[in-house]
Amino acid sequence: MDYGTAGTALATGLLFGFVLEQAGFGSPCKLTAQFRLTDWSVFKVMFSAIIVAAIGILLLQVNNTFGAQGFYVAEMYLWGTVLGAVLIGAGFAIGGYCPGTSVVGLGSGRIDGLVFMLGMIIGVWAFAGVYDSDFIQAVVGGASMEVRTLPEWLGVSPWLVVAAMLLMLAGGFLAGRALEQRSHGVYTAEDITEGRDPGESDALGRDLGREASAARRTDTD
Amino acid sequence: MSCQVRPLWPPFVAGIVLGLVVLLTFVLVGNGMGSSGAFARVATEIGLQIAPEATRENAYLGDMAEGNPLAAWIVVAAIGTLIGAILASVSSGRFRVKVDRGSGRIGVAPRLLLALGGGLLAGFGSRLAAGCTSGVGLSNTAMLGVAGFVFLIVFFVVGILVSLLMRRVW
Repeated sequence: MDYGTAGTALATGLLFGFVLEQAGFGSPCKLTAQFRLTDWSVFKVMFSAIIVAAIGILLLQVNNTFGAQGFYVAEMYLWGTVLGAVLIGAGFAIGGYCPGTSVVGLGSGRIDGLVFMLGMIIGVWAFAGVYDSDFIQAVVGGASMEVRTLPEWLGVSPWLVVAAMLLMLAGGFLAGRALEQRSHGVYTAEDITEGRDPGESDALGRDLGREASAARRTDTD
Repeated sequence: MSCQVRPLWPPFVAGIVLGLVVLLTFVLVGNGMGSSGAFARVATEIGLQIAPEATRENAYLGDMAEGNPLAAWIVVAAIGTLIGAILASVSSGRFRVKVDRGSGRIGVAPRLLLALGGGLLAGFGSRLAAGCTSGVGLSNTAMLGVAGFVFLIVFFVVGILVSLLMRRVW
């Protein structure tokens, strides 16, 4: 690895960690609140990021800036992807992080983020230990797809897929807003820093409001 | 250090900037951002330190054990991610050394045990999927890859279902 590669890796990684922390994604509570459907930040941030990056990538490929091959799209093994997503989704709900956000958690001082990272290393060893088994071999090499992208698979324009994703983002935004308002569950910077449930400060606010209106009533009496 | 806790970025601001970072990574490196690959390499390096022969002979770790496993793009990117998170949290007054137990319904030891167990599942799963939320969910989906869409749907559905069981715990 030359210095140029190391430099770009460090710089892009640094920006990645910086943005994720600014979004509040060092907090396992804020992250898992997405799965409880009370804080939709994960959906909004991820989906808008995917759409922005997808549009940029499509525009760069219009002029064939990066050659006919374009950027790298990994091979798709359906069973590996599905089973991997099951374990990462479950691990997220149980441990509070995914691999990238556990690093962000550690970077904001969270020891549980470091412990999640240790768990991941043990998980890699466990995988290596059973890698030769028939089951794992069948999963990681099974149901390989010739077609790697959704537009190719569906036989439609990539812009149509982006348009559909924009509609999904809008739908998620509306659904999220309704559920966030009902649950009062959006974690603020103070909530994730001081370790509070969003409901607590909200309940406090309501109590103060009640006291204030009670005070007004006695004043006018 | 400033004690003033600065607000988080609004989700769409963070999302647009994150999308530009992913785009920049594609332009500079040719592939998207990843995280879990770094853990596979660190696991290989630790394996080489404590059980060199078993690690070199292992069918999965053996390839990465040739040469220096840590001299990889993705390991440096993960170090960058850590530094970026430190810079962001310190500069916005959000850096706190703690075991994050949410509002504190769960004890320290059970919380750390859950973090370890969750990490174990995620580490194993990331090798099955050849990536995680960053590499497959974010970067592959940005390329409109089928794997990315499949990953995100399954990831969210399973996350919501398991979360139904976990909400009693923490």
